[in-house]
Amino acid sequence: MALAKSKSEITQARLGGLKLPGGGEWITAARKAALKRVQDMGLPSRRDEYWKYTDPTTLAQPEAPPAALFDVGDDTPVYGEIDRLKIVFVDGVFDPDASDDLSLEGLEVERIADAARADIHWARDLFGVLEARGQTPVARPLAALNTATANEGVVIRVTGRVLRPVSLIYLHRDETSDAMLHHLVKLEPGAEMTLLENGPAAARLNKVLEVEVADGASFHHVRTQGRDHERRAHTHVFARLGTESRFKSFTLTVNGVLTRNESVIELTGDNASAHVAGAAVGDGDFLQDDTVFVTHDAENCESRQVYKKVLRNGATGVFQGKILVKEGAQKTDGYQISQALMLDDDSQFYAKPELEIYADDVACSHGSTTGAIDEDALFYLRSRGVPRVDAEDLLVLSFLAQAIDEIDSPEIADELLSRLEAWLKRRRG
Amino acid sequence: MLDIKDLHVKLEDEDKQILKGVDLSVGAGEVHAIMGPNGSGKSTLSYVLAGKEGYEVTQGSATLDGVDLLDMDPEERAAAGLFLAFQYPVEIPGVGNMTFLRTAVNSVRKARGEAELSAGEFLKEIRARAKALKIDAEMLKRPVNVGFSGGEKKRNEILQMAMLEPKMCVLDETDSGLDVDAMKLVAEGVNALRSPDRAFLVITHYQRLLDHIKPDVVHIMADGRIIKTGGPELALEVENNGYAALLQEVA
Repeated sequence: MALAKSKSEITQARLGGLKLPGGGEWITAARKAALKRVQDMGLPSRRDEYWKYTDPTTLAQPEAPPAALFDVGDDTPVYGEIDRLKIVFVDGVFDPDASDDLSLEGLEVERIADAARADIHWARDLFGVLEARGQTPVARPLAALNTATANEGVVIRVTGRVLRPVSLIYLHRDETSDAMLHHLVKLEPGAEMTLLENGPAAARLNKVLEVEVADGASFHHVRTQGRDHERRAHTHVFARLGTESRFKSFTLTVNGVLTRNESVIELTGDNASAHVAGAAVGDGDFLQDDTVFVTHDAENCESRQVYKKVLRNGATGVFQGKILVKEGAQKTDGYQISQALMLDDDSQFYAKPELEIYADDVACSHGSTTGAIDEDALFYLRSRGVPRVDAEDLLVLSFLAQAIDEIDSPEIADELLSRLEAWLKRRRG
Repeated sequence: MLDIKDLHVKLEDEDKQILKGVDLSVGAGEVHAIMGPNGSGKSTLSYVLAGKEGYEVTQGSATLDGVDLLDMDPEERAAAGLFLAFQYPVEIPGVGNMTFLRTAVNSVRKARGEAELSAGEFLKEIRARAKALKIDAEMLKRPVNVGFSGGEKKRNEILQMAMLEPKMCVLDETDSGLDVDAMKLVAEGVNALRSPDRAFLVITHYQRLLDHIKPDVVHIMADGRIIKTGGPELALEVENNGYAALLQEVA
């Protein structure tokens, strides 16, 4: 079907100035196929149902809108106390000097540009493959655009149980930077790893993370999207889970003019478990969108979606979450909650929870709420001598706790909590 | 210590008068009980003293050691030495009981011009207080009141009271939802805090709590006023004859 004229214009405008990066035959084939997907689907516009609450114009247009650099003041680096393998990207470009030596027992890590040069590479079976699977039933053309054109990012193959996290650090140093990052993680059967991500990355970031979690493997993902006020980010996680595998992904978003985080999770082996969670705090010119699609295609699997947003001064929160239970995915246990805490009357929250179930022996529940600070709880705390502002902060943290509880590591959870406390304190006055 | 004079209170959003001229004076070291039927205004009195929103004082005053309570924010009243043990303590998921207590204690200390307790000092203090109330370490770690039984919630209220060292303690239906053993434990906690410079106002429906927390003075409240004041024998009279007989007698 031919694209509508407006969509075609948006797509041609964006693709006009782009050319595919060079590389081996396998990656060129994957990129060409992805480019074809973009051309067939067309880039998103406001008219798309999937973009009803979040305007994709600035994400799809040829140039990134500039974003002033943000001074974090005397903030210490996130995860600073945690022993990890650091891989640094500045405005979307790998920085070898700031990065650790890319070697860690139990896993292989390589830059995508290096993997691309190989004639034969294990990544061939997955690169762009998980993204392509995630294009149905809902089109995600900006992810396909990423597969077609990104030449930065890492491919990681995990063969053992790796305790030291791999930490991807994204720095924003150029007001007009437009970054495209593509990461691929393959966990072999029984393997285990933690992936950390933090930082604003660029004025505009388009990121794809593909994760293959083989039977019995376990993947933990914690990311923070920092305080950079004017940056824009559109991220995608595509994950496929094997039998008895575990997948956990948590995202903390603090400010940013536009953030859309899409998570597309497919449970394809029995007894697998997938948890995706997010805590977002936004103030003023802030739109944060969590768009989640979990597909149950095996028996006895469990999935949880836990999203909490704290909004004030006209900030906007969006949640689009779906649980699809395919025929035969019996004994599915699916749960979804999205909640917004409004700290004033100016903010808004749009929620679209969806369940689509084709199996008859499943337990799925979902809920969505929007509310203000609980006056009874506030009075209780104040009656114990806690000043109003401190009591409000405690209740905000209380509200976010269910999402933060989804982080397995107490060390990381504590660190993110203290960042949230600092954010709340800064917001005063 | 606590002086309430001709206190008139209505609901802020409704034209409904709840307290219609309450007069009450509690001296240092004394324990007063307020009894009365449902809807007599007992809980409203406790909320108005603690500073809950939604009520409008239309007349009268309430002072603590001569300081006007009604003009203060709830946190200022706590710092001034007022403590309300809630009938229904509020659950606060995601906030550890210990974190909450430490924030409360240090807020109050700061407001009173005292040095904040270090983590070590606080821990020492809370362990001793908690032990007396049979509150274990696990209960201190749990989120505030979440998943607590009725008895645990009330013991937690008394623990907060002990930690904040108030002058004037108001206990709103502290016996509700408690079995006999739990009530004894709570009463022991309260009795341990009795001192010459601390006063208690115990609000209750039933006389049985007063077997364990012995009052000096008993007030009967009905329709927004204190209609009768007497000694502990007044509570027994209520227990034996009910409120109806008493109301009739006063009318």
